[in-house]
Amino acid sequence: MTTATKMATDAAVQIGKEKLLRLYEQMIAIRLFEERVNDLYTRALMPGLAHLYIGEEAIAVGVCEALQPDDYITSTHRGHGHCLAKGASPPLMFAELLGKEAGYCKGKGGSMHIADPATGNLGANAIVCGSAGIATGAAYASKYLKNGRVAVCFFGEGALGQGILYEEMNLAQLWKLPVIFVCENNSYNEYTHFKEATAGDVAARPEAFGIATHTIDGQDVRTVYQTASRYIERARRGEGPAFLQCITYRYHGHHVGDIARAYYRPKAEEQEWVTQKDPITLHGQWLMDNRMADRATLDAIQEKLVKEMDAAVEFAVNAPYPDPSRVTEDIYA
Amino acid sequence: MPDAATATVAPPRDATKEIGFGDAVREAIAEEMRRDPTVVLMGEDVAEAGTTFKVLKGLVEEFGPGRIIDTPISEVGFTGLCVGAAMTGMRPIADIMFGDFLMLVMDQIGNQAAKIHYMSGGKWNVPIVIRATMGATRRSAAQHSQSLHAWPSHIPGLKVVVPSTPYDAKGLFKAAVRDNNPVVFFEDKISYTKVKGLVPTEEYVIPLGVADVKREGSDITFIATSSMVQVALGAAAMLEEVGISAEVVDPRTTWPLDEETLINSVKKTSRCIVMDEGYGRYSVAAELAQTVQEGAFYDLDGPVRRLCAMHVPIPFSPALEDVTVPTEKQAFDLARQMCNR
Repeated sequence: MTTATKMATDAAVQIGKEKLLRLYEQMIAIRLFEERVNDLYTRALMPGLAHLYIGEEAIAVGVCEALQPDDYITSTHRGHGHCLAKGASPPLMFAELLGKEAGYCKGKGGSMHIADPATGNLGANAIVCGSAGIATGAAYASKYLKNGRVAVCFFGEGALGQGILYEEMNLAQLWKLPVIFVCENNSYNEYTHFKEATAGDVAARPEAFGIATHTIDGQDVRTVYQTASRYIERARRGEGPAFLQCITYRYHGHHVGDIARAYYRPKAEEQEWVTQKDPITLHGQWLMDNRMADRATLDAIQEKLVKEMDAAVEFAVNAPYPDPSRVTEDIYA
Repeated sequence: MPDAATATVAPPRDATKEIGFGDAVREAIAEEMRRDPTVVLMGEDVAEAGTTFKVLKGLVEEFGPGRIIDTPISEVGFTGLCVGAAMTGMRPIADIMFGDFLMLVMDQIGNQAAKIHYMSGGKWNVPIVIRATMGATRRSAAQHSQSLHAWPSHIPGLKVVVPSTPYDAKGLFKAAVRDNNPVVFFEDKISYTKVKGLVPTEEYVIPLGVADVKREGSDITFIATSSMVQVALGAAAMLEEVGISAEVVDPRTTWPLDEETLINSVKKTSRCIVMDEGYGRYSVAAELAQTVQEGAFYDLDGPVRRLCAMHVPIPFSPALEDVTVPTEKQAFDLARQMCNR
C-alpha cells in the first residue's frame, strides 16, 4: 500500500462517509452562494462591497464541521463562508446582503457583519483582526462558565499586521483559553503580497507564545477537518489555544470589482490554483477515487443546492426593505 | 489644583455612612460581585495591588484571583477579551488605569462594543463596564491627566457615567454593571482622596440618565460634571456671600442625558455656566450648553458660558498645570459678571 493510499484509507475510516460527503456538500453550498453574490453584485442588486470566499471553502467547512453547534466563531469581511459553514440559513444571509428586513441583522449589518447567536456566530467583523478579542473573550467565558465551548477566530494573513492579535494570543496561552486562531493565508493583504508586509516566519509568531501551531494545506478539506478536530478537542480538554495557518487562495479579487489584478498577482498564478488546487474538485475526485461517491451522486448534491440557492436569492430579492423608522431601533439593548 | 479642597456633599436623606469616593466604587463592585457570579474585573495590577490608586484593595482577598484578575499591560487585549466575554454570558469590568489609555482601546470600545448590538440587529448584547479615570492636577503630565469622557459620549451605543460623589458613584456603578449595554465609567482621580460623602447602609441603585440637583438656587445654574461639581459648589458658596443664589445641577451621565432637568433649571434661573474638566472644543460642555440653549433659549438672559480644561496638552509643572483647570474663583467671577453683581 502506498503512503497516499494508506492516508486516504485512514481518512475514510476516521472521518466516515457521511461526514466526507457533508464536507463536499458544504463546500459546494458556499461556492454556489458566492457565485450568486457575484451575480447580484454585478447586477447592482447588492449595495456596498462583496468580498468573495471562493477558493477558500475547505477552511471554513473543515473547521466548522469539527465544531459543535454551540461552539463559537468570529468571522471577517470575507465571512460568508464561515457563517454558512457554521449553519447560517442562505435565505436570511442573502436577505442581509441585500439590506432587507428579513436578513440576519434586519439589514443593519450587511455582508461584513452577519451575526447569529443561534449558530454561535459572534459576528463577522469589518475591522481587520477586530474580532480576535471577541473570540478570545468567548473562550474566556467558556472556561469561566465551564460550558465546554470552543471559540474559533477566523482571520486572513493581513491580520498578522495588527497588534491586537499578539495581545490576544498572549492572553489565550497565558490563561489556557479554548480558542483556535485560524489564519487563512491567501497570500494577499488586499492588493499586496503578504511577504511584502510580513517579516519573518508566520508560524514562528504563535510558536513564540508557546501556542500549538500547525501549517496545513488549506485546499485539502480532509486535512483541515482532521487537524482542526484534533486542536478543537485539545482546547476543549483545557489544554489551551492553537494556531492553524491554512495556505489558500482567493480566486476572485479582494472584492467584486477588483478585476484588473495583474499589477499585484500574475494571471498564471491564479490559473494554477483554480485548475490544480481547487478544494471542491480535489475532494470530489477523492470521493470518487475512494468509491465514496460517483459522479452522479456529486452532481445530484450540486443540483439540489442550486435549487436551494436560487430559491434563497429569490426570497431575498423579493423581501421588503426595513421601514426607515427602524433606523433608531437596536442601538441600545 | 482646583480649590475645591475637601468637599462633603449634602447627603441624600437616608444616607448614614461616610465613605470616600474610591470606597464607593469598591463597595459597588463588591456588592455586584456577591450578587452575580458572572461579574469579574480585570486590568493591570488590580488584584493584590488593588490598582495604582488602591481603590480595589481587599477585593482579591474576598473574590480570589479568578474574579479580580491581573492582566498583562495589554489594554487592547483585555478590553477586547472582555467584549467577547460580555457577549457570551459574563458581565466583565475592564479596568483602564488611566483614562488616557482609552485611546489605545478605542477600536474595541467604539467599533466593537458600541456597535455589536446594532450591527447584529439587536441579537447580541455587550454588558461590559469599562472603568476609567480622569482629571488633572496630579502632576502626571499630558498622558496621564486627560478627561476624555467626550470620546465615548460621541459614539452611539455607549453609555457614559461621570459621577461626582460617593453616593452617585456607588449607585451608578451598580446600575452600570446591571446594564445590558457597554458603559464607560469615569472616576475623577482627585476625588479618590478629596471627596467623601454619606451613603445608605442598605443597598441602592441609581438609574443611568437621571440628573441630580446638588444645590438649589434661583439666579444662575452651574451645570457641572465629575470633578467640576465640587468646584461649582465651592463657587456657589462664595456667590451666596455676595447675594447670588446659584443652582448646581449634575447630569451624572453624559449619555443617556437628562435634558429635562438641565433645561428646567435654566428656565428657572435664566443664566447658565457649564463646567467640565474635558477640553472645551467639540466637547461634553459644548453639547450640554447647546442642549440648554435649544431648550431654554427664550428664558435665557444671555449666552450659555463654558468653563473647561484649557486647550493645551496637560503640562507637568505645577505652575503650568494649575492654570489649565477651571477654579472656584473663575466660576465665581464669571457668575458675578453674568449676574451683573
